[in-house]
Amino acid sequence: MNLLANRRVHDTLNGLGQITLLARDAFASLLRLRMTWRDVLFQIYFIGVKSQLVVLVTGAFTGMVLGAQTYFQFHKVKMDTASLAVVGVSMCSELGPVLTALMVAGRVGASMAAEIGTMRVTEQIDALRTLATHPVDYLVVPRLVAAHIVLPLLTVESVVMGIGAGYLVGVYLLGIDPTYLWYNMLHFTHDVDLVIGLVKAFIFGGIIALIGCYKGMTCGLGAQGVGRATTEAVVYASISILIANFFLTLVMGKLVGQL
Amino acid sequence: MIEVRQLHKSFGAQEVLDGISFRIESGESVAIIGRSGGGKSVLLKHLIGLLQPDSGEVLIDGENIVRMNERQLLGVRRKFGMVFQGAALFDSMTVSENVAFGLRRHEHLTEAEISRRVAATLELVDLPGTENKNSAELSGGMRKRVGLARAIIYEPQIVLYDEPTTGLDPIVSDSIDQLILRVRDRLKVTTVVVTHDMRTARRVGQRILMLNEKKLYATGPADEFFASRDAVVRQFIDGVADAKEN
Repeated sequence: MNLLANRRVHDTLNGLGQITLLARDAFASLLRLRMTWRDVLFQIYFIGVKSQLVVLVTGAFTGMVLGAQTYFQFHKVKMDTASLAVVGVSMCSELGPVLTALMVAGRVGASMAAEIGTMRVTEQIDALRTLATHPVDYLVVPRLVAAHIVLPLLTVESVVMGIGAGYLVGVYLLGIDPTYLWYNMLHFTHDVDLVIGLVKAFIFGGIIALIGCYKGMTCGLGAQGVGRATTEAVVYASISILIANFFLTLVMGKLVGQL
Repeated sequence: MIEVRQLHKSFGAQEVLDGISFRIESGESVAIIGRSGGGKSVLLKHLIGLLQPDSGEVLIDGENIVRMNERQLLGVRRKFGMVFQGAALFDSMTVSENVAFGLRRHEHLTEAEISRRVAATLELVDLPGTENKNSAELSGGMRKRVGLARAIIYEPQIVLYDEPTTGLDPIVSDSIDQLILRVRDRLKVTTVVVTHDMRTARRVGQRILMLNEKKLYATGPADEFFASRDAVVRQFIDGVADAKEN
């Protein structure tokens, strides 16, 4: 039992160390501009454009549910028109970046691990190396750069959809006065809330790409190895996003004086 | 020139190579033979730095590549082309994109020049006009040819073949053997072929290296090797199973 626990701790620390080394290699490659912008653009298309629907639907329904739930509670204390302000602040700084990142982790993180994992088991990564191409330059850096660029943009879309959908639910389904609803949202939602959300989304993009690529590049042999890598990429990326979100909230809250 | 000195390699508790040493001169054509799972492909991957040995040295043109990191190895690998057992084509790309991969990444050529060189290389491997095919549409023999075209398009000094005829019918195998010889003679490359196909070894190998029980068991010019009376060599050449394997 003790041996098993030791092995788990060892494997976890080893994995963290390897991801750190991968991040270092990717950063060094990025500084020397070894990736091609064509590959980055393709990844922006794959991660960004292809994730539109899932992100927009998630943002819209999150805003609608949050708006309705907030109204149900605020109505008891006659604060109906503040409902959209809660939606605005929550979507900008917490729900927008976190839910967008979780949805992208499920769609894109899994896909990265599966694609790179399949390349590994079919010797395509070895073929890259024999063609004098570093796998980090060709496979990791374009995905990392694209995820860093795309996640903040998707988050903005999600936030806009969430606030817009919350507004429609508040005005047309719950009968809240639209002018005060909108005014309170603008009054209580500050630029800094959106900045916090965008910084988080930028960091979450890196987490998704790094874990997806790492799991693909280190996956076991055969279909089972690729399957496990895919699952682990989604699970580890999701957990990492939630944990990172807590610490980012604390640190950025402190920095902007909200604590 | 390739020189291997006292190469040892284990995977966990399983020792695969035990003190292998040999030398391959520039322009030479060598076949490495041995039983399946006997470490031939592992040895081949050490020559290009895809695997690192537990101990020993691999010298390429006098330069020891064993202590190099991945970035340093990239420079050495530009001297090599490698054809993989399963071809290892990039399955998201067309034939033309696969073949042009090395050129696009390392040489600043116009698209017209790249297209011209891709067409010329596909012609050399008897696959003219297949530029726009997807790699998934290709047969086993065609995949090997595209893999070879990709390996030789930037005119390397050394070409490594990992089981080039495995899984192919005798006629396609014969055409691949002829292709290996054509590439060797036209591009004047050093050729190292790992195979357990005796016909391929006899045709393409000027010299044969035989691995047996983790060691380099026998080596010599092809004619002498195939005339050998050594029991182990004869058993392998004639394809006779051990009594316990019957």
